[in-house]
Parts: sequence; structure tokens; C-alpha cells
Amino acid sequence: MLKLFKKILTTGNLTEEAPRDSELDTLGQQVKRAIDKRMRGSLAIRQVDAGSCNGCELEIHALNNPYYDIERFGVHFVASPRHADALLVTGPVSRHMETALRRTWRATPSPKYVIAAGSCACDGGEFGISYASCGAVENVIPVDVKIPGCPPSPEALLKGILAALSER
Amino acid sequence: MSRFDWLTDYRARLEAERVVAHESDATRLEPARCLELDTRDWGTAARVAATFGCRWAGLWGDAVNEQIVVRAVLVYQGDYLVLLTSVPLGHPVLASHTPYFPAADHMERHLQDLLGIALLDHPDNRRWTRHQAWAKDDFPLRPDFPLSGRSCRRTPADSDYTFERVAGSGVYEIPVGPVHAGIIEPGHFRFQAVGEEVLRLEARLGYVHKGIEKLAVGRDPAGLARLAGRVSGDSTVAHTWAACMAMERAAGVDVPPRALAIRAILAERERIANHLGDIGGICNDVGFSFAHMQFSRLRENWQRDSQAAFGHRLLMDCIVPGGVFSDLSSQCKNRLRPQHEALATELKSLLPMMDDYPSLEDRLVTTGCLSVEDASQLGVTGYVGKASGQDYDVRRDQSYAPYDRFDIPSPCLAEGDVAARLQIRAQEIGHSLELLDKLMAPLPEGPVVAAWPETIANAEGLGLVDGWRGEILSYVRFDENGAVARFFPREPSWFYWPAMERLIHGNIVPDFPVCNKSVNGSYSGHDL
Repeated sequence: MLKLFKKILTTGNLTEEAPRDSELDTLGQQVKRAIDKRMRGSLAIRQVDAGSCNGCELEIHALNNPYYDIERFGVHFVASPRHADALLVTGPVSRHMETALRRTWRATPSPKYVIAAGSCACDGGEFGISYASCGAVENVIPVDVKIPGCPPSPEALLKGILAALSER
Repeated sequence: MSRFDWLTDYRARLEAERVVAHESDATRLEPARCLELDTRDWGTAARVAATFGCRWAGLWGDAVNEQIVVRAVLVYQGDYLVLLTSVPLGHPVLASHTPYFPAADHMERHLQDLLGIALLDHPDNRRWTRHQAWAKDDFPLRPDFPLSGRSCRRTPADSDYTFERVAGSGVYEIPVGPVHAGIIEPGHFRFQAVGEEVLRLEARLGYVHKGIEKLAVGRDPAGLARLAGRVSGDSTVAHTWAACMAMERAAGVDVPPRALAIRAILAERERIANHLGDIGGICNDVGFSFAHMQFSRLRENWQRDSQAAFGHRLLMDCIVPGGVFSDLSSQCKNRLRPQHEALATELKSLLPMMDDYPSLEDRLVTTGCLSVEDASQLGVTGYVGKASGQDYDVRRDQSYAPYDRFDIPSPCLAEGDVAARLQIRAQEIGHSLELLDKLMAPLPEGPVVAAWPETIANAEGLGLVDGWRGEILSYVRFDENGAVARFFPREPSWFYWPAMERLIHGNIVPDFPVCNKSVNGSYSGHDL
């Protein structure tokens, strides 16, 4: 146990805040201000993989690691769409996920934001429209903001969330 | 022991069963060899192979003219044997391999749904990959089926799939998914439980079926490599490598040694990144957030280093047909070495702490046990196999350049529980770090991409790569114009999912997340 505490102490706080002008910090503060102003300090996101290759999910996971620690800006991921203010949707929407996505969207209370994350979610990407894929998320549910990238980096995801909040 | 010295014996046993098998063109699918069978002997060949002790490793069909050519892969002592037969498109009926190899179950049903081959004596004739996006009598992989499909109507939910039920007093059912409570791929799980104990789990996948096999048709080699890199985003390096290897073998392209070394560096980096993330994830699922944070920190560092050295955090599109996309500068190379050392030092302090932690041991030891028999029967490879006594590693047992220059240590345990899978992953990180240094000492000089021949008509190839989840098998056939006519990437996860259904048996429902994370099967790579 002592070794464990020692490791915690020697690792220290990694969360990137200094220097003050770092890009992530500025971006994070902007997100926080927007959330404070428009969402009373908390933005609950339900992530929906509607057909992605799992690449985008890995980068969305990274938002929760100690470097980005997105919760400090007021963003947290929730388990139910009924608790969500926003849907973060990845993948081309596979036809087999079409109804599930639509139902998730309907279960999310209005007003709600829909953020399409990743090239596939933006325009169908490598998969496009086919017998198995509906292509872009906007072909199935209304989308507010698109975040391109294959997959988008954690910074790009954060910028996308900020863009969604500045949208309306 | 030389390669394929067992084949004579296997063929003699086939002959004893009056099965006529012709060995077709020996070099066509090298390093595999092919046995051509009469359609009516398809089942017998599998029965004999099962008693012989072969591992069943894959199955795919290929509609050519009025025939569907079906290939199945058997592995014995690291040798790959492709069984081949064809059925007429007008009457596509074939014996099932599932009665002899339970591993064949899902892939046979995939073949049935996409190519319309009826499998006789299959113990479970429910559909698998098909939900409601195409009709029962439509088969997407047949040439007459348009890529765009036949309907543009909304696809309804797949609500009439029947699940097996367990009867008894106090037995209840828990349906989960396809949209799960977390940042994770979609799939449906149906639990039958009594109290907290899981009596039965049935996975229903296919939700992320994107038509990858159909999309591949008509692509050029570069296009196929890009698509292969998105079969499963966490295994982008391994799948791209396997597809490129298949194409290079088909085209007779020799990849320069420097490119091969860089490919292996990329593959080992991918293995390390995923194991780091998953070890953290396993700890998180039992509430040990200290290790979760430490390992997600290490993973983030690792991904940033990948970005700096190779230009992509997940190393996507770094491998291209004939070589790699960009060279590794000596400057970047010099920066990598201390990074390997730093990670090794971190692990040296972190891993013993986890060993010392009784609560972790309490939650992971004996949880989610996959028995050695089940693992062997299901043909599981990778860390799930290695934790359950399956001592197999493509890098060692069907070695390919550049791994053939090194000793590949492959850890193996027999416990088969979550703790064993975690331990295998931890050891694999250590071995991969050592390999990374060896691969760069020295990095061969020379070009990083070979010229691609102008025409590669009617050629086919098989790629065999050890991805971080285990053996990846990739088949590519080019048509008469040199465009891709058939692509089948066989993810190790095809065997992880049935293993998951078995290892959860008798565990409590709340331990499903940690069991699932310790296996971490790919949904996307399986659903195609």
C-alpha cells in the first residue's frame, strides 16, 4: 500500500494547465465558460457507436485520461440517453444500427445537441452508403456539429464540443 | 520436424474414409497448401481433421461464374492447410463443419447469410450477420446483388431473433444493448440468470456490419489497404499488414527489409498501446482507479510518441502495399529508444504493486475462467488462448519477416481467468519492448517501399499476421483486370465471442464488464 501512495505522490498532478497559454488549456477554459453559461456548469454526453471501427472510441476514451481530464471542464459521459444533453455519434450509421440510433435520439430529452464525430460520421468516410450502411449520421438524425478526422484527436473532439455549444 | 510432414498421414486417413483429395497448385497460396475436395466429402474431411487434432481457423466463399468456391483453413503444428471445394450457384448445399469444430458456428452462418449456402447438419440454423437490412433470399456477396442494396427504406429493429431460454423457477432474463452504457461498440447480450449467477449468455452481433467484403470488390491495392485498416480500428496496423501481405504474395512483391522492420515496430507499438489501455480498463472495471489512471497515462504518452514518430496516434495508414508510407528518420529513431526504456521502468514499478494488491487479486483470480479444453475446442489464439493453455503465436509458429530473425517468447498459462489474461498482456508488453529495441539494432538500410507491378491478374494470396488479439488471416483475390475480386479478413475475435459466452458461465452478472474487458473482442472486426 505504501508503494502505491509513493507512486501516486511521485507521479504528481499531470493535468495540463500550466503554461497558461497552452492550447488545450485555452480550449478547455472556453468549453468550461460555454458550459457554465449555457448548461449551468454541466454537459452530459451519451456516446453512441452507430457503426464505427472502434478507432473513434479509443480517442473519445482518451478524453477521460489524466492529460485531458475532460470532466474538469464540466463534460461527463452518461450511461443513458435520458440523462444526456448531447449525443456524440461515431461511425457511418450501419443499417443494423439505424433504428437503435433513432430510438436513442428520441430517448434524449430536448433541447439536445447531436455531434457527429469522425470522418465516417461526417460523410460516410471509407464506407459511404451501401446495402449495409446509411453513410453520414445526418442521413438518419439531425446533426448540429461535425468533427472530421480519422479518428479525430482528443483536441479536435474538444473543439467540436465547443462548436456545438456555440452553435445556438 | 519439417513443414507439412503430417500431411501424408492426414491424407492417408482421408483415403481410408474413401475421400479423394487433390493437392492443387502448391505455390498458389503459400505458405499454405491446398487440398481440393469433392463437395460430398466436405464434412468427412472436417471430421477426420478434428480427430487428427487440427485447429479450425476460417471459412469463406467466393462466387466465381456459376460456382461458389468455398475455402476452409485448418492449422496443425503451425502449418496452414486450405480445404477447397465448389458448389453450384443454382444448388448451393454443403455439409457443416460445426458438428466437429464448434469454432465454425458463426462463420458458417455468416457464409449462409451473405452467399446463400445452405449448411446441412448445422446445429443452429438461425441467421447471424443478417438482421433486417436485406431480405432472406438476397445474398449480398453474390455478384448480382448491387452494392447499394435493393431497398432504401428505413431498416427496422431486429426484433424477431429468437434467443435460447433457460427454464426454471427464479430464472430471469437480462437483455443488454445494442447501445451499451459506456464508450463501447454495439452488440446485444442476452443473459439468463438466477439471482446474480449467470446461467447462460448469448451474444447477438452483426450490428456494425458495414459490408466490408462487398466494399472491397473492385478496389485497387492502395484502396484495399485503407479499408483493411478500418476493419477494426484498434488493430489497424495488423489488419493492414495482413491484407498487404496477401496482396504482396499474390503479386510476387518483395517488401524491402527496412519496410518490414518498420512494419513490425508499428505492430508491436499497437500491441503495447492496446494492452496498456486494457490493463487500465480491467482495473477500472473492478474499481481500482489508481491503476486505471496510471495505465491511461502510459497509453496517452505512448500514443503521443506514435504521433511524433509516425504521424498518427493509432498508426493508421502507415502500412501501404509494398512497404510503409514513410521512413523512420534517425532522429525519430533515437527518440524512440529512451521512450521504450521509460515505459519499461514505469512497468517495473507498477506491475509489482498490482501483484501486491489483495483486493485486485480477490476480484480477478478465478473470475471468468476459460478452460483449456474450451479454448482448444474454440481455436482461440492471442492472449485469451495463451491464458488458457494455447501456446500459439504466428510470429513464432508460422514466422514471417522480420520476426524470423528473432526468438519470440510467448508466455502461456493454464488458469484461464481474468488474472491470467492480465498477466499474459503484461508479459507481452515486456517482450514487445525488447523486440522493439532488437528491431532497431540496427534498422536495415534501404528503401521503404517496393515498386508495385502493373498487372496482377487472377492472382490470390493469404496473409498471416499476429495481431495484438492473435492470429489474423487475410485472403485476397485479384480479378483479370488486377482489381480486388474477394477480400476476407478473419479477425481473432470470431473465436473470442464464443469463448466469452463460455467463460462467463457461473460468474455473477456484475462481473460481466471485467470479463468482457479482459477478452475485449472486436465487434467491428467480427461483424465486417
